[in-house]
Amino acid sequence: MAHSAEEVLAGLAGIVEEVAGIPASSVLMDKSFTDDLDVDSLSMVEVVVAAEEKFGVKIPDDEVKNLVTVGDAVNYIVKAGL
Amino acid sequence: MPAVIKDLRPERDEKFARIISVGGYRPPRIVTNAEVCERIDSTDEWIKERSGIETRRWADPAESVVDMAVKAAEKALSNAKITSEQISAVIVATITYPYQTPSAATDIALRIGNPKAAAFDISAACAGFCYGVGLANDLIRGGTAEYVLVIGVEKLTDFIDLNDRSIGFLFADGAGAVIIGPSSTRGIGPTIWGSDATAREAINQKSSWLALKPGDINENPDLHWPEIQMQGQTVFRWAVWQMAPIATKALEAAGVAAADLDAFIPHQANARIIDAMVKALALPSHVPVSKDIRNSGNTSAASIPLAMEAMLESGEVASGGTALLIGFGAGLVYAAQVVQLP
Repeated sequence: MAHSAEEVLAGLAGIVEEVAGIPASSVLMDKSFTDDLDVDSLSMVEVVVAAEEKFGVKIPDDEVKNLVTVGDAVNYIVKAGL
Repeated sequence: MPAVIKDLRPERDEKFARIISVGGYRPPRIVTNAEVCERIDSTDEWIKERSGIETRRWADPAESVVDMAVKAAEKALSNAKITSEQISAVIVATITYPYQTPSAATDIALRIGNPKAAAFDISAACAGFCYGVGLANDLIRGGTAEYVLVIGVEKLTDFIDLNDRSIGFLFADGAGAVIIGPSSTRGIGPTIWGSDATAREAINQKSSWLALKPGDINENPDLHWPEIQMQGQTVFRWAVWQMAPIATKALEAAGVAAADLDAFIPHQANARIIDAMVKALALPSHVPVSKDIRNSGNTSAASIPLAMEAMLESGEVASGGTALLIGFGAGLVYAAQVVQLP
């Protein structure tokens, strides 16, 4: 199912807030999960699993390391949902 | 006409099995995060946040897997109030016994004073203890054994790179033993077990022992000790989201509701895995969850019996309580069952 980048960003921001306690308003496209948002490697897995469920996509383990910024994740999910 | 095969052994009145006693051994040396950080570039805060570990036990270099296992076994025997001669089988779950053969189990049988017991090791990593409990239950119920000594023991400090910042803080040493014996009531529920062998590489030994054959060492000076390594994110994902449904199946198979549990004793892999698993299981908040990892680190096959003993000793759960056990690890393999605590 296709999702727009705006929809994915909003959904992802909610997930990051729930998993890592970071306000959704600071989850922006150019932010790095690790450096800016303090999402560690295990929390990142929780974010990825929740995103898979929410958007009905698969994000393999090998891809997770490439998702450095929020934008990387949004773009991956948008493409994967097409 | 083929001969009719019979079973002429006397039938036992007690048709079931239960865990009769538990005994743990923790090496005396307490290693703090500060000490670990002398080897790896990390901090106490980082280690606690990622793993929940505050301290762990490391065995003395001269202390072997068998030394630790024997101490745990003797404690379990004494708590069970049986003698070692009554043990029909010794099952040892370990991945860190440094001999290909003979098994650790035979050495332990000898050292506890029963060199005639059936004895063998099982290689099921962090699931090893629950594999052993399942096997013992079936051996007793099938009439092949009366009392079974099941031990989970590891000296992981021999098999990990203690200078590796991704793993050097996590693993530790210890032994836990249980005596499982006949019972007139069902003390061990059905074992739900299996593997995901497509993920064999997620936790593995870096290279084969064969790479250390003298000829090869001479030809390749870069060879090094084949330590155990792990893909943390892959294991975390599998452990939480694949294992929670297995734990649920074990509850369903035993006809026990999560709300009726007196304790949840998962393999002490990492506090973050345990927390996420509790969430994925939607375990009611009144059920005590073992967090022995705080003071023990990840002791692989030894973690569940050690955690069980700690919960009983602290009074967090009473003797006779109902507990859900789940072990999961390298293979990847898993096993879960509901048990009545000793």
